[in-house]
Amino acid sequence: MSATDTPVGMPAPSAPDTAGRSPWGEVLHSLARSGTFLTGLFILLFWVVCALFGQHFVPYDPLASDIINALTPPAADHWFGTDQLGRDVFSRVIVGSRDILTVAPLATILATIAGTALGLVIGYFRGIVDDVISRVLEAFMAIPVVIIALLAIVALGTSKVTVIVVIGLSFAPIIARTVRSAVLAERELDYVAAAKLRHEGALHTMFVEILPNVIPPILVETTVRLGYAIFAVATLSFMGFGIQPPSPDWGLSISSNYGMIGGGFWWTVLFDALAIASLVIGVNLVADGVHGAFND
Amino acid sequence: MVFLGGQVLPGNVGRAILGPFADQRAVDALNHSLGVDRPLLVQYGSWIWNFLHGDMGTSYVFRAPVAPFVVDALGNSMKLALIAFVLVVPIGILGGVVAALNLNRPLDRIISLGGLSVTVLPEFVTGIILILIFGVWLRWLPIAAAWPKGAGFFTQIYYLILPSLPLFLVLFGYIARMARSGMIEALDSDYTRTAVLKGLPWRTVIWRHVLRNALLPTITVIATQTGYLIGGLVVIETLFRYQGIGSLIFTAARGKDFPMLEAGILTIGIVYAVATLVADFLYSVLNPRIRLGAEQ
Repeated sequence: MSATDTPVGMPAPSAPDTAGRSPWGEVLHSLARSGTFLTGLFILLFWVVCALFGQHFVPYDPLASDIINALTPPAADHWFGTDQLGRDVFSRVIVGSRDILTVAPLATILATIAGTALGLVIGYFRGIVDDVISRVLEAFMAIPVVIIALLAIVALGTSKVTVIVVIGLSFAPIIARTVRSAVLAERELDYVAAAKLRHEGALHTMFVEILPNVIPPILVETTVRLGYAIFAVATLSFMGFGIQPPSPDWGLSISSNYGMIGGGFWWTVLFDALAIASLVIGVNLVADGVHGAFND
Repeated sequence: MVFLGGQVLPGNVGRAILGPFADQRAVDALNHSLGVDRPLLVQYGSWIWNFLHGDMGTSYVFRAPVAPFVVDALGNSMKLALIAFVLVVPIGILGGVVAALNLNRPLDRIISLGGLSVTVLPEFVTGIILILIFGVWLRWLPIAAAWPKGAGFFTQIYYLILPSLPLFLVLFGYIARMARSGMIEALDSDYTRTAVLKGLPWRTVIWRHVLRNALLPTITVIATQTGYLIGGLVVIETLFRYQGIGSLIFTAARGKDFPMLEAGILTIGIVYAVATLVADFLYSVLNPRIRLGAEQ
């Protein structure tokens, strides 16, 4: 019966914190050598720096219009040209990273917290709780995010908070499913049985015993979700249901300028499109690297 | 079970729409004339009842029956989706198969990495870039999907190529990746080794043994992409000003035209359920194991 008071010493395949630094150190080590991860991280950090400090080093105020110089093509004084109100496209692209890099990560964090809690509960209790909640989640996952967002925003009105909540809650079921399957494997292990024998409560067992051991899949899923969150935020802004004017947000800029694309004013949309593309690909490279590091 | 989920789905959506909106409309008289001041369940019941009898209600905005709008839009969307599907299914599978047969060689790297990159980009971003390349710079294809009235079959297809390309690109990555991993697994299996060892020509091994097993999971993925495709249609139809079901829902949501919105969403739900059913059916036709298992 020595197992009852030494749960910490129980060997678990996915390394609890107490097992020392080596598993996490190994992950960090393989991340540092992964070209995919480092490339993605570099792109991501570039945009984070732009979001944080961009406002201080851009050549023009991204919101200042200058009607006389509207729609000038890229040149020395306006690197990326100007838009229909004469605003400097380069400055707008740099500062435009700010809103999407606030909204998408917050939505991802919300999805992770809600999804993890839900996944722990249904994975731990199984049975009828699992059956009912899993069916509801499946039904939810079948509806495209854009449609859910459309309905929610019509009902609640547009604001950054709505976008965060909508994306967060529509991604939560996906994370819950991942966590659930990880928990199903963990709950059969001895350390969980030990916790039960010690008469630990369900909450304690779920969040103190099991949670630290399912961190790796959660981390992988979170980085993957961040890529999708950026995808979703950009799309909603483009549709007019996300970030609102006068923000220089990329999706929003594209939606207000693409009407003139037939006139040949390509610079008003191309750089925003490339910015979104680079950020999404960057985050996906990071996600790919994290996935690889945990699954080697 | 999937089919049941699909059946329940439109009901959930319908209730979700009716719930918040019935309270939101403050104008009592209008409410009364529209019948939305009746108890929710009564409304819901009569709405479903009428829908089943082909009466989808009256648009608030157009003051005309919703049904013709929805039917037209659905037809247009199907054209667009069909072109994307007809292009992507063979090309995506071919891409995956070629990648798997050239595993870890440059061609595989190009297909895998290229597929992954285009899959993660939002449709409107690839859409904008494609419009710029083919519509604005090369002037090969029209930038809006609005063909002249009375245009023939091929003219319509000509106008729909550009809008279908972003959908193609997103789906290509998924399908190619599934086909590739299915192929790798099948190539690595015992039955393939047996087939090779008993002296069958390589071509016969690939066609009769590998492909049949490798493509089963791919078919499931193709079917699950219907849900995605619907979300993608909302964006693409807006970008290309195409009168499909996606832009119908989008316009209805913006104009708070609830009967139109509900009819659109319910239609999507039905399409989704039918697609899932067809996929299940196809899967069992192609996989004798499931078919025979069910008969026993």
